Parts: sequence; structure tokens; C-alpha cells
Amino acid sequence: MKLARWVELLGPVAVLVAVGVVGGMSFVSPDRQAEVLRALVSVAIVVSLYVFVGNSGVISFGHVSFVAVGAFAAGVMTVPVSLKPTITPGLFGLLARRSVGNVPSLVLATVVGGIFALLVAIPLMRLSGLAAGIATFAVLGVTHNVLGNWTKIGPGPLTLTTVPQTTGMLQATVGVVGIVIAAFLYQRSRFGRRLRAAREDPAAARAAGIDIHRERLWAFALSGALCGFAGGLLVHQAGTLQVGDVYLDLTFLTLAMLVVGGVGSLWGAVVGALAVSALDSFLLDAENGSVGFVNDLLGRPARGGGRRLVGVAAFMAIVLILLPSGLTGGREFRLPSLGRLRRTRGESAA
Amino acid sequence: MTAAVFSTVQAQTLLDAVALGSIYALMAIGIGLVFGVLRLVNFAYGQLVMAGAYALALTQNVPVVLSIAVCFVVVLALSFAMELAVFRPLRRASPTTMLVATFAVSYLLQSIALVRFGAIGRFLVVIPQLTELVTIGGFHIRWITIVTIVVAIAVFGVLTLFLTRTSIGLQMRAASIDSDTARLLGIRANAVITVAVLISGAIAALVAVILPMAVPERVLVTPDYALRETIIVLVGVVVGGIDRLLSATLGGFAIGFAVGVLSGFLPSSGSWPFTSSVYLDSAVFMLVILVLLVRPEGLFTRSRRSAVERV
Repeated sequence: MKLARWVELLGPVAVLVAVGVVGGMSFVSPDRQAEVLRALVSVAIVVSLYVFVGNSGVISFGHVSFVAVGAFAAGVMTVPVSLKPTITPGLFGLLARRSVGNVPSLVLATVVGGIFALLVAIPLMRLSGLAAGIATFAVLGVTHNVLGNWTKIGPGPLTLTTVPQTTGMLQATVGVVGIVIAAFLYQRSRFGRRLRAAREDPAAARAAGIDIHRERLWAFALSGALCGFAGGLLVHQAGTLQVGDVYLDLTFLTLAMLVVGGVGSLWGAVVGALAVSALDSFLLDAENGSVGFVNDLLGRPARGGGRRLVGVAAFMAIVLILLPSGLTGGREFRLPSLGRLRRTRGESAA
Repeated sequence: MTAAVFSTVQAQTLLDAVALGSIYALMAIGIGLVFGVLRLVNFAYGQLVMAGAYALALTQNVPVVLSIAVCFVVVLALSFAMELAVFRPLRRASPTTMLVATFAVSYLLQSIALVRFGAIGRFLVVIPQLTELVTIGGFHIRWITIVTIVVAIAVFGVLTLFLTRTSIGLQMRAASIDSDTARLLGIRANAVITVAVLISGAIAALVAVILPMAVPERVLVTPDYALRETIIVLVGVVVGGIDRLLSATLGGFAIGFAVGVLSGFLPSSGSWPFTSSVYLDSAVFMLVILVLLVRPEGLFTRSRRSAVERV
């Protein structure tokens, strides 16, 4: 692979590592560190979602299901055994008697997310367009409903608490970089290229012998596994979880982050998630009255009560109206000064 | 429906299911109409209903006719603003971008309502007389149930006449079948789209009047008012077949009817998934997945699409 191709990977990785390293420094307040952690987990979910939606061009409302099963699998299996009778009273005996450590729980989350996604994909990937979107949404509805009521596999309608908060700056950064590398390697692999070809021109791709449904199936399963892993990171970051946390709001927020960044590129997924998270943190500060110029502008702190949600939603709507293809325009990361040179050279070589 | 087959309770359940289906059918008409001319799935449709419901809830001390008029004005103005500020700039955007943009609008309106009116619901009954019971042939029916069914049929009938008998209606159908050719033939696309958006808005206002009386959980107006209904109707519309107004409407009705019947007949307890009424949503969504797998182009569409499969 050419150097310019690796720059596409190194750009996002460098940005995420910088966020993690700076966020972990001692001058950053604990509240701010928690915001940085949440931002990194958001990037993890959005990049996992991108692996399917970005490469296939098919929208999915169902990926938060895989985040949810990953998060609950990792969470339920790391709650100390002695606390399980109070936190998850109805659990199956096998699940109630056993707990695992941090790393095995993340592996478990990945496997559970991947297997669930694969099982869902086998029937659903025959669909396309709006029917596919609605069917994936139906999967989310079923997952939410079952997780929220079936107390043999989780807390049901209760809140899962006392999950060890092992997603610190190191685990969040390493985790999200791992997901980005997996996404990059996939989209550069023959499988990723076939799927992207099918996204651009289904008829031509099929004429070239690409089995679109099979490519989508594997992308969906990989994406689901990564979502499960990101769910594991999420539950170990938050320490508590209820089904409502991994349902509609998270689905719309992550999809909006992806589209705001630019749905067609890995860089877009990273930029979108970071930009929306940063805006959210900034507006939270403005609500608390700790941003000088906002106080000057309004003559008072922009006091809470959900005003920052207005700001975030308005930002997303405005970006989409002014830049329908997102902040990055669906392009990968390039070094600004060398970009044009590399591109022309690359094209003439090809 | 004979008494020998159905007990009174079951007949009552079916009637309630028909009423729920009628409300969903109304919303399906509103969503299907805009999709027809714009190819845009308007996720923010529920927030039009929410705005109308707040307009009604905040004007409960004025005469009811005036209150309903305010509701229509607010919802129509909001629909028009949405068309100008969001739909028009996004005419050439990809379907995904348009859909996500309407999510953003939906969340924007919800968060504005949250800031302005708070999370605590406001009690709303528009016309109290309509929630009273009337006894017909041994059944206890609320007036609103009858009104809902009649209104849904009337709206669909009037709209069908409008689309087949008036010039602008014919233009609308032409634009929805092939918008480029329609424009070449001199149809002013923006005018046609604006009319469709406004009709869709008027239906949302109508739903805002009916919904709080017809569905018991919806007497409290909250920032996420009608969100659940919108999601279910969107699902129903796609299941029915979003390309044509009739199939979209039938899809909305069918899913409302299915929800009503399943919630009436599922037992109220059971520890395994799909065995009790807490798993109502799962049952409905599993049904949706099955229908989509068998007929991805829509349950009520006339024939399968041509041999060339679109992916």
C-alpha cells in the first residue's frame, strides 16, 4: 500500500490519540475527562456503524441493538457475583454464578454483538432501500423490548449498576484506535472494495461478478461485532446502564454524527462524532456559565434546562442543510499541503 | 361479526383496534402524501402533531372552536416553515441525508418544547363530550371512536377526489410519478410540493385534535408527544407500500389494527419473551420483519416490481 493510503489511517488515529493523551493529563478536570471518555466512546460507536452504513450505502437503524447486547453482556458478566442477586435478581443460574474480568467481558461483547448481527443479517440483507432501513429498525425495537423485560438475561426494566468503570483514558483510546484500524483494513480489503463498488453502481458491480448480498452480510456482521465491542467500552465507561440509554436517542445521535461528518469516509465518521461531542461539551459549559463570551453575549449564563440540546440539534440540521454531504464531504483524511500532489501522482500511476 | 363467534369484549377490542388503525391511517396519509411528491420520509411529522397539541393545551380557556383554529394555524405555519427552511434546500440531497435532517429537526423541535414547556405533561382533552360512552346494540363505544373512524374515511375520500378531480391534485400525482417529466410539462414543482406539505400539515393538526381524546396514554402533552405513533406509522407505511397513497394508508391502518388486536389478546403475564403483553412491541416488529421479507415492495402494492431488482 502506498504511503498516501496509510496517511488516511494515520490522520484519524493521530487525532484520537491526541484527544486521549491530552484528555488524560492531570490539568484536565475529572468532569472534562468524563466528557472526553464519552466522546471517544461515541467515536467508537459511530466508526463501527460506519463500517456497514458508509461502505454499503444502506442505512441501518439497528446497530444500536448490537451496542446494547454488547453493553449488557459485558455489564452483566462483570457485576460482582455477590451483588448479582440484588442487581439482576431474575438471572439464569449459569449467568448468576459467574463473573469475568474486564478484557474477557470486552471479548464477550464483541462475540455476542457479531453473532447477533450475523443472525440478523442472514434474512435481512436480502432487503434494500427503505425496507432494509425499517427492518433494521424493527430489530432495534425487538431488542429493546426483550432486553427491557426479560429478567433472566439482564436487569430488565431495572438499572444495571456497579459495573466496574474500567474504561479509562487508556482503554478508551486503545479501543477506539483498534476499531478505526479494523474499519480501515476492512475498507481497503477486497471485501470492502467490492462492497464500495456495489454502493457506487449496483448494476455494474453485479455485472463484474460481485455478490452484493454476501458482501453486505459480512460487513453487517463485522460492523455488529465492532458495535458490540463499543458497547462493552460504553458500559465500562458509564458504570450504570438501562435499556433506554441504548435505544432511540443513541440511534439518532450516532446516525446524525455519521451524516454530519460525511457518511462515505472513515475520517467523516471520526470528525462527525468528535465535532458533535465537542459542541455538546462546549454548550454544557455555556449552560454552567463558564464560557466568558457566551455570558457577555447574553448578559448572563445560558442556564440549563436542556438548552444545549437545542444547540446540538440546530447545529446538525444546519450542517445538513448547508453541507448535505457532511463536514468532510465524504473524503478521507489527507495532509493539506501534500494532498493535491499525492492525488495527481496516484491517479497517473493508476 | 356475529355474537356467536365473538364475545362482547372481543368485539370491543376489535372496534378499538379499528379506531387506533384509523388514527394511524390519518398519519399515514400525511406522511405518504409528502413522500409521494418529495421522496422524503418526514420523521419530524410527529412534532407537527406535538406543536398542535401544545397549541390546544395552552388555549384551553378560550372557546374550543377558536382553540382548534389556533392549532391549525400553528401547525400549518410550522409545516410551511419546515418546507422553506429544510425540505427546499435539500431537494437534491440523498435520501439518507434528508431523513437524518428530519431527525435533527424533530429533535430540535422536541428540545425547544422541553426548554419552553418543561418535561412535565400538560393535561389535554379538547372536547370532553366526545370521550363519553354511547351504547349501541350492547357495545359501549366512546363517541371519539366513531368520530375517528368517520374522520379517517372522510379525509381519505376528500383527498382521493382532490387528487383525481382537481388540476393541482392531478399535477401532484404527475409529480409523484415522475417529477422531472412533470416539470418539463410545465408543472410548478415548488407550488405542488408546498400544497402537499400544507395538506399534510392540516392532517397533522387534525390528529393533534383527535389523538389526546382517542388514545388514553396521550392525554398528557409532553415534548416527545406522538413520537411513538410516528415511528409505528412510518414502519406501517413502508410495510404497506410507501409508493402509493392507498397502500401507505392501508399500511398505517394495518399496523394500528395489529397493535390494537395484539394488545387486546396477549395475556398480561408470562416470563418468556413473546408470551405476554409486555412483549407487544416485539410481536409487532417481528410481524413487520416477516412481512418485509415476504413482500419487500409493500403488502398492499398491486404487483411485484419488474424483473430488474433494485438494490
